[in-house]
Amino acid sequence: MNFNGYDIEGFYDEMFVHAKPSDSALTTPAHPTPRPGARLLVERIEALLDGDLGRRQQAAEIALYNMGITFNVYGSEDAEEKIFPFDIIPRIIEAREWAPIERGLAQRIQALNLFLDDVYHDQNIVRDGVLPGDIINACPAFRPECVGIDPPLGIWCHITGTDLVRDADGAFYVLEDNLRCPSGVSYVIENRQILKRTFPHVFRASSVRPVDDYCIHLLESLQRLAPHTEAPNVVVLTPGPYNSAYFEHAFLAQQMGIELVEGGDLFTQDGYVYMRTTNGPQRVDVIYRRIDDDFIDPLAFRPDSALGVPGLMDAFRKNRVALANAPGTGVADDKAIYAYVPDIIRYYLDEDAILPNVPTYLCRREDELAHVLAHLHELVVKPVSESGGYGIMVGPHASRREREECAAKIKANPANYIAQPTLSLSRAPVIVGDRFEGRHVDLRPFILHGSEPYILPGGLTRVALKKGSLVVNSSQGGGSKDTWVLDTEPDADVSFVDASILPPVEHH
Amino acid sequence: MLSRVANSIYWMSRYLERADNVARFINVNLHLMLDLSVESASQWMPLVVTTGGESLFRERYAGAGSVQQAATQENVLQFLIFDQDNPNSISSCVRAARENVRSVRQSISSEMWETANKMHLTVRSGASHDGLREAPYDFLEEIKNASHLFIGLTESTMTNNEAWHWARLGRLLERADQTSRIVDVKYYFVLPTIEYVGMPYDNLHWAALLKSATAFEMYRKKYRRIAPQWVTEFLLLDREFPRSVRYCLTKAEHSLHAITGSPVGTFNNPAEQRLGRLRSDLDFARIDEIIDFGLHEYLDNVQSRLIDVGNAIFGSFVAAEPAGPSHQTQTQTQTQTQTTRPAPAEARAPGASSP
Repeated sequence: MNFNGYDIEGFYDEMFVHAKPSDSALTTPAHPTPRPGARLLVERIEALLDGDLGRRQQAAEIALYNMGITFNVYGSEDAEEKIFPFDIIPRIIEAREWAPIERGLAQRIQALNLFLDDVYHDQNIVRDGVLPGDIINACPAFRPECVGIDPPLGIWCHITGTDLVRDADGAFYVLEDNLRCPSGVSYVIENRQILKRTFPHVFRASSVRPVDDYCIHLLESLQRLAPHTEAPNVVVLTPGPYNSAYFEHAFLAQQMGIELVEGGDLFTQDGYVYMRTTNGPQRVDVIYRRIDDDFIDPLAFRPDSALGVPGLMDAFRKNRVALANAPGTGVADDKAIYAYVPDIIRYYLDEDAILPNVPTYLCRREDELAHVLAHLHELVVKPVSESGGYGIMVGPHASRREREECAAKIKANPANYIAQPTLSLSRAPVIVGDRFEGRHVDLRPFILHGSEPYILPGGLTRVALKKGSLVVNSSQGGGSKDTWVLDTEPDADVSFVDASILPPVEHH
Repeated sequence: MLSRVANSIYWMSRYLERADNVARFINVNLHLMLDLSVESASQWMPLVVTTGGESLFRERYAGAGSVQQAATQENVLQFLIFDQDNPNSISSCVRAARENVRSVRQSISSEMWETANKMHLTVRSGASHDGLREAPYDFLEEIKNASHLFIGLTESTMTNNEAWHWARLGRLLERADQTSRIVDVKYYFVLPTIEYVGMPYDNLHWAALLKSATAFEMYRKKYRRIAPQWVTEFLLLDREFPRSVRYCLTKAEHSLHAITGSPVGTFNNPAEQRLGRLRSDLDFARIDEIIDFGLHEYLDNVQSRLIDVGNAIFGSFVAAEPAGPSHQTQTQTQTQTQTTRPAPAEARAPGASSP
């Protein structure tokens, strides 16, 4: 298989550069020009024998199936596990591109943590007129129960997955912060295991930054939350086998060598948290919880929750157990507050945001509402209170009727909606049958915030596998790719494939 | 280890062992039917009764009619293999086993998970296969082999830690229970007339019992001739045969004490006490005394004491908790479904045919 005739169709392509205007005069369908970091990979793929790439793709899928790397889809009739589709062509990010992302993500999580601490204490940011107070109060993820709490080390959000997208100009934008229970990191680690087997030579020659030590960093940052204990008992709290991310919960617990617990395994007594073991109760010091705020404690939040632990919030409030992430962090990834993050960064850090936001219209503001309603056909409308890609209306792809329905919903409850321009998301080649086609991608890097931020080099590249689709969520037909962050700038002279067997590659 | 995880591992083993034994029951009965020229429906009902499903079967298949008439090969196979509403059908057992395995994936090897998963897929695809009820031999063989594979993987891929002992404890208690039921099957078989007792048909029955416990060859090495008393002795009291009730209880007791750390022969909780007493009763039992007492009554007693052991294990290790908010309802309901089996006496009282 080769990339002859692969058409980037005017999008920003992660693997190939735009053809120069002068090239367009060429009469033959040109072989696209790989970006410097992807050159070795393109050479290697094209040097493979016919059918070899397809076999490697198949082998990767079988490996995923055998490893049980699956997720559950809500609402499907027979809620069985499905494989998360995976494309073996990695997405490559060069070192010079990654450096500002890393700095930008670190800056953002620091500012958002300061913001959270402020929101649940004095709300200086409101008093100083930077953020309207009613936005906070209207936010369903704001937890009055958390007001006045001092979590260990003053950190509220320990684990973040931030969604980045690249626009037509090649610049990265923050699409969404996920400060509650972001998932996907297990796929990053497992995808890498498979890709190392799939392209060992390119991998070695490309000096790709490792992701395997994520769980070591994760365990360390969790242990740090129980400073008073020599050997803290850290557990992962899962809603159970029927949760869509159960595989990940089990994976992380297994990799960290700690217990995977369900709500029923824990109980509180005298303000402390214990787990039920065959040897009697055992104290729990730190909980990496993968259950939403609403369900973690029926005494504090939803009383009908059977997933949580009665009394957990009380123990947390008294600092007798640490929770990662702390309850209430959702206020900082609220889609309305998102629009203020650049101001939040400036307010707390006195710096400009390194990673820009996508321009956002808040329908709660009258002038912006009018603009949104008049431009629905070119905007993406998102409900503030939903996640996982549910409830999104993509204007340019929607029918007239869908747009009208959307307009009605916005008018009925403007504060629940934001709108953003439809970005021309970057694309990357995926294997479709016996050829390559471009598909839109995003990137979810994972950030740990311990004493200082640790950013997993790379992250989960999600692919909208449906042709032309912009929705990458796994629940909506998305797949994934391994993401290679290169450690050094690619060397133009290195090539390990005999040039004579390669089709001509254009250099410029 | 976590009580829930211990409980799930224990039930994972129990359910797989149960599925395996139901497959054995059916297989042997199928072969027996071919040798016997008696009215076949009467020979299928004992299987329903021994697996503790008589009242459910009556309700689901007999309606207002006679249970004996409803107990055709087709109905009984449907009930014991595929019926999802029968908690002890192969299908239900494999499904329950797989669900338990799924929730403890971090504590066992991935090979074990894959085996349980494949077994589940086999049963699911079998349910839609019509010819299977006519000749389910291959299917039953597959279930037995998958169960052997799972046990082999448990032995060869798991550290012999607490989780391993829980798996072994569950498997051996279930096996002890199942073997006692196999012996009890004889109680219900109907011979055409009283003259058949002790005749070739009777011997066929006893040989079939041995075969369903894969005990025929090992029995022959020890006793050569088929005699009811010896068959019973072999299946109940043999020290060395791995499916005899006594052997299972001896090894189960080892695992229980490996979990608690207290020496065998002592007890620190009701589970150790009840299991220890039952095992030592069998250690010092004599087969002629058992038969004088009444074999069926004796087996009934063994089975209800095994249920007591199971309840004591749940009480000592899983449900035990200090004062405080009560256990999650979900866990409780689940466990209740798992521990509850119709008490043998109750299931057998009405309509049971006499030997």
